[in-house]
Amino acid sequence: MRIELRGVTKRFGTFTANDSIDLVVEPGQIHCLLGENGAGKSTLMNVLFGLLNADEGEILINGEAVSFANSGEAVRRGIGMVHQHFMLVPVFSVAENVVLGFEPTKSFNRLDRRAAAESIRSLSTKYGLDVDPDAIVEELPIGLQQRVEILKALSHDAELLILDEPTAVLTPQEIEALMAIMRSLAADGKSILFITHKLKEVRAVADVITVIRQGKVIDSVSPTASEGELAALMVGRDVHLTVEKEAAVVGDDVLELRDVVVRDDRGVAVVNGVNLTVRAGEIVALAGVQGNGQTELAEAIAGLRRVESGTITLRGRNISNLSPREILDDGLGHVPEDRQRDGLVLSMSIADNLVLNTPRRAPFARRGTRNLRAVQENATTLVERFDVRTRSIDATAGSLSGGNQQKVIVARELSRPLSCFMASQPTRGLDVGSIEYVHRQIVSQRNEGLGVLIISSELDEVVALGDRIAVMFQGRITGIVDPSASRETLGLLMAGATESANV
Amino acid sequence: MSDTSTRSWKQRFLEASPLRLTAYAMIIGFVLGGVVICATSPVVLNSWRHIFSSGTGIFSALKVSFDHVGAAYRAMFTGSVLSPQLFWHSMTSGHGWDQTMTPLSETLTYATPLLICSIGVGIAFQTGIFNIGANGQAILGGIAGTAVGSMIHCPAVVHVPLTLVAGILGGVIGGLVPGLLKAYAGAHEVIVTLMLNYVINAFLAYVLLSTALQQPGQSNGLSRTIDSSATLAPIFGTASGLRVSYGIFVAVAVVFFALWLLDRSSLGFEFRITGANPHAARASGINPKFVVVTAFAVSSGLAGLAGVVQMQSTTHYIDSGYLIGSAGIGFTAITVALLGRLRPMGIVWGSLLFAALGVGGRSMQAATGIPLDLATIIQSIVVLFVASPVLIQEIFRVRANAQAVQLATKGWSA
Repeated sequence: MRIELRGVTKRFGTFTANDSIDLVVEPGQIHCLLGENGAGKSTLMNVLFGLLNADEGEILINGEAVSFANSGEAVRRGIGMVHQHFMLVPVFSVAENVVLGFEPTKSFNRLDRRAAAESIRSLSTKYGLDVDPDAIVEELPIGLQQRVEILKALSHDAELLILDEPTAVLTPQEIEALMAIMRSLAADGKSILFITHKLKEVRAVADVITVIRQGKVIDSVSPTASEGELAALMVGRDVHLTVEKEAAVVGDDVLELRDVVVRDDRGVAVVNGVNLTVRAGEIVALAGVQGNGQTELAEAIAGLRRVESGTITLRGRNISNLSPREILDDGLGHVPEDRQRDGLVLSMSIADNLVLNTPRRAPFARRGTRNLRAVQENATTLVERFDVRTRSIDATAGSLSGGNQQKVIVARELSRPLSCFMASQPTRGLDVGSIEYVHRQIVSQRNEGLGVLIISSELDEVVALGDRIAVMFQGRITGIVDPSASRETLGLLMAGATESANV
Repeated sequence: MSDTSTRSWKQRFLEASPLRLTAYAMIIGFVLGGVVICATSPVVLNSWRHIFSSGTGIFSALKVSFDHVGAAYRAMFTGSVLSPQLFWHSMTSGHGWDQTMTPLSETLTYATPLLICSIGVGIAFQTGIFNIGANGQAILGGIAGTAVGSMIHCPAVVHVPLTLVAGILGGVIGGLVPGLLKAYAGAHEVIVTLMLNYVINAFLAYVLLSTALQQPGQSNGLSRTIDSSATLAPIFGTASGLRVSYGIFVAVAVVFFALWLLDRSSLGFEFRITGANPHAARASGINPKFVVVTAFAVSSGLAGLAGVVQMQSTTHYIDSGYLIGSAGIGFTAITVALLGRLRPMGIVWGSLLFAALGVGGRSMQAATGIPLDLATIIQSIVVLFVASPVLIQEIFRVRANAQAVQLATKGWSA
């Protein structure tokens, strides 16, 4: 299917989210829409999918002008969308989810489960989308849930598939698998619109790249463009993809983990005897494929998960199984992995979020009564210092883009007196400009003598930031290497080979 | 996804221009109430049956309808707020103020305990706790207050505060049970509080027949009367006949306390963080057990206070019908708290509205014969529409709140 957007404009009040956008997707093409958070990518896709009405411009399918009053009409015209947040019924099986709304039935309107499962199997084999039709969706890993969404779109005979930030939630392996699926779909003649802000993926999979910035199409480029060029187009200026930093001036041990064992919610020991030391003035980057215990380890350090055995020492004091309050007061700065779930209260103001974990501390409160003026002054200072882009400190945290939400958390944590700073996936889902900013902040804190622990599944980030890189695999540290170590070495460690065998 | 949709629902519910929506909801409530009046009145129905028999039939039918509805609402207004005639009479002659002010006094008398209880429920809601047991807690407050008011004898300066504190403590006892069970055993507070209401109703029946509390010489469920030193006296004296009591100052104090707690105190900030996002609360070092127990204590303490104020300012004793059935302010309080969008000032207006509809409904019933249930219908419609702002927006084509639109679109990514 050939789809064309001509002069599509969408305004919200005085704000123009899409400004006269022209875009053509050819059949069998993987067309990538690249842009920062808030550039207008999602708005454009919502217009295309019939969720929003364009104020100006038109949409043409195979040369014929169309307009969709709702997403149902878009689906009937062969457009399928996989949202960033999945729209699945968690307790239903894969087959039930895929046929939902278009169920095949036997006599007396009984659901024909066999036919449903059969149609999924045939789609699965055709495109290499391997999923068990009888599996319950909530029990599947995120990567497979996404496949269910893709299957759902395909089962409605989608000819154009819109993938909105599909890789944001995936592990590197899952991303590889998704790309293979995208290629096989394109080979079959399906058109794919792939929305992302990750440069590497774009270059790996796209046929054409369209960069949008502040609601406008900036340029269409081929995937041979360098990452630097793409980044510059995206943010409108030159971006440093590597972090500039001097050699670490290392001090005393600040965070020490000894034989730490942590269990996950199912009772499995997912952290199984971790030993790690973070010293003042250095950044230790904990690398590893997601799901190897890093999340649980970070939670244990922050006091959010029980330490089964072993000790966690912060500045010489054993903090294992202390309450989160005591650990925060002992000077652990913590940027949680899931910022919207654990780091912010989206319905509260930026000012309140900036004192979220110091509600009783002077000068923000005295004898149980909050000093709102101090809270406001604190917010004004931090918003400026950390370059949080917002119209007001009283705006809700939920009104901020992902990058600015992360800046609020980083600002809050770094504005407290700290002895160690721990950040989980500090730049996940952020655009290039915000990543650069957060990285610079982390490095400057380390230069001032703070011990920093970064937990990240992005290899680029680990290599760029870390003074030492610890690799975690199946609950253990498989090796601690220098950032100059080759990617192969890191890859092998991440796959479970031990350091002695490879370095 | 379910997460996003509940958040946006809550967001809209708590933030969509509240005054306007409530005003619209009231208009709809009264209009639909008028339709119900017409549809249930034989006189009105009869007039509509004859609209074709004469040229002016439709006009006379309309007139009958409007007269009927007008009379009902006039009775409701004069019975709960002010009668213009009486007011004019008092203004010109300087006499009869007591009679003129009686409706307002009655409304305030009913509103006082309701307001206190609703604020208690609202604070719990803001913490993410559904305290369905406010009624039981209010009853426990009433029992404790009656005990202290009737068994201890001391001057009013000591006795009144002592009785109020007893009421608060009685409520807190009722609230700590579900609070501790939730914090330490993970019991769901809705089930525990709901069921405790029945337990407490039975307990009330039991203590009213105990030698300690039962009125001497009585065989049915009726408590001793509290000492006059323990009562909240009518502000304008007993001779005026105006029942509005010093309890109203307790209510005002509660409103100020709630404003401070929610907007200015560290504890209230922790309550609201926990209510809005329990995960972030825990990660921020807030102890969820502490918050659950203290929020329950505050909420149920206010419920208990409502119960004791009700008893101290009106009956001065409790009987087997105390806060039972339609008198159960603890249940109305849930509705009022939602109507007031969980904010203290909103709850002030909500409880005044509900008290006025209740008091006015009784006058309407006396004056026009239209049953009191009409007031309940109007209350229900108002709440229904306030709780569903989207519906109101559709009906009145209110320009949708820009924030809500953005939220809906941002849900997909960002």
